[in-house]
Amino acid sequence: MSDTKFSKEHEWITLDGEVGTIGITKHATEMLGDIVFAELPEKGSNVEKDGTAGVVESTKAASDVYTPVSGEVVEINQSIVDDPSKINADPEGGAWFFKLKLKDKSELDILMNKEEYDKFAKETSA
Amino acid sequence: MNIKKTALYELHKKHNAKFVEFAGYSMPIQYSEGIVKEHNITRNKSGIFDVSHMGQLFIKYSNDITDKLQEILPTDLKNLKINQSKYSFLMKENGGIYDDLIITRMKDKYMIILNAACKQNDLQIIKNKLNDQNLDMNNNLSLVAIQGPESKTILENVVSNVSKLKFMNGENYSFKNNEIFITRSGYTGEDGFEISLPNKVAVSFVEELISKGSTLIGLGARDTLRLEAGLCLYGHDINENTSPVEANLKWAISKNRINDNFIGSHQIKKQIEEGVSKLRVGIKPETRVIARESTKIFDERNNEIGKVTSGTFGPSVNASIAMGYISNSHSKTDTKVYLEVRGKKVPANVCELPFYKKSYVKREANV
Repeated sequence: MSDTKFSKEHEWITLDGEVGTIGITKHATEMLGDIVFAELPEKGSNVEKDGTAGVVESTKAASDVYTPVSGEVVEINQSIVDDPSKINADPEGGAWFFKLKLKDKSELDILMNKEEYDKFAKETSA
Repeated sequence: MNIKKTALYELHKKHNAKFVEFAGYSMPIQYSEGIVKEHNITRNKSGIFDVSHMGQLFIKYSNDITDKLQEILPTDLKNLKINQSKYSFLMKENGGIYDDLIITRMKDKYMIILNAACKQNDLQIIKNKLNDQNLDMNNNLSLVAIQGPESKTILENVVSNVSKLKFMNGENYSFKNNEIFITRSGYTGEDGFEISLPNKVAVSFVEELISKGSTLIGLGARDTLRLEAGLCLYGHDINENTSPVEANLKWAISKNRINDNFIGSHQIKKQIEEGVSKLRVGIKPETRVIARESTKIFDERNNEIGKVTSGTFGPSVNASIAMGYISNSHSKTDTKVYLEVRGKKVPANVCELPFYKKSYVKREANV
């Protein structure tokens, strides 16, 4: 498994062979507050880099979830749809959103590493 | 314009509040616990709300003050007992609502609690109508609410004898040699109290409530609590284009005043006699999708029949909940409707309000 990469839209992705696992960052959940609703893309559908691939709603507002890379959705995490509070509890672990069979691995290159993302998150929320 | 702060601002900060601007005031939307936990603390224990941004208007009694106020408000003030409160409205001639309010008959004056965003406009309207300068929008007073099942015991520990107050009644009490006025009322669907007290003792009063076991709660949870309780938020569920009859609040119009003259009386009488074309109802989506304000409501034939005015996730009912106006023909409980959320039609049902009703029956220990 490769290192975790991060997008400016506050998604994370880890790669295992051809398949990437995608979720939203802890920083994102802290900004959103208590998440009470999650919608995921359909299994088998194709999503495009930077396109919307789901929705999360907190008690305050709705936010789109974007995919940092293009690919085919091969698995979704139904458990976060059934109990969205799991996203606040374990955003960068058990509460992943969906898995993609990547179309083009080079799309990962422009994403940030952990250190870069932490700096970005700190600067943009200040 | 400078953003205003309440006397409790620094205390909110100390408790890690996240602030939001509301009606020109910097108010706490939530503290470190977050909205859902704060909501549950209020339902299960006790929560403290700073509502000092609301207007506290006092009108001293003069000979004909009750008659004059009855020309403005649709409430029977003549039969209002001393220390009794009523929910009422400031209306337009066409029946639209300028503000909803609570009026209390105190010993030597009326107290009217007004919404923060409306209070200056309300003051002008009342001033003009009363032709009287005996009005005092007191800015030296804070307003604090304590709500939830343990609030009675907690407040009793700070102010003796408050637990004998009946719902929608008030009384003068004292705190650190300052006169304070407490009513048994609230905006959460829970038992609770609202305390009007001088700014200078507001912080020490709230700190005492915290030390006795209550918790500061932000406006975010106040909104989910009031929506579960089916209560209207001015500017959203009621406004200048909705009448109390359309808002399903005609219970607040005193029956013996329907033939009287007050602002909006002609329209109200007409609407009560002839009915209205739209009504405020509760709406429960069949999924967890949240139907926020302005979500369009459709019938089974895809005709637009109304709009959502408030929608959120109700932590105590563990479901998506909403209120809105719907054409009278579709306002019956259990009518199936469709909500358009992000381009998709979500099935929902018209339901009775409130969504959350307190069960006051105490359970047996071993059941």
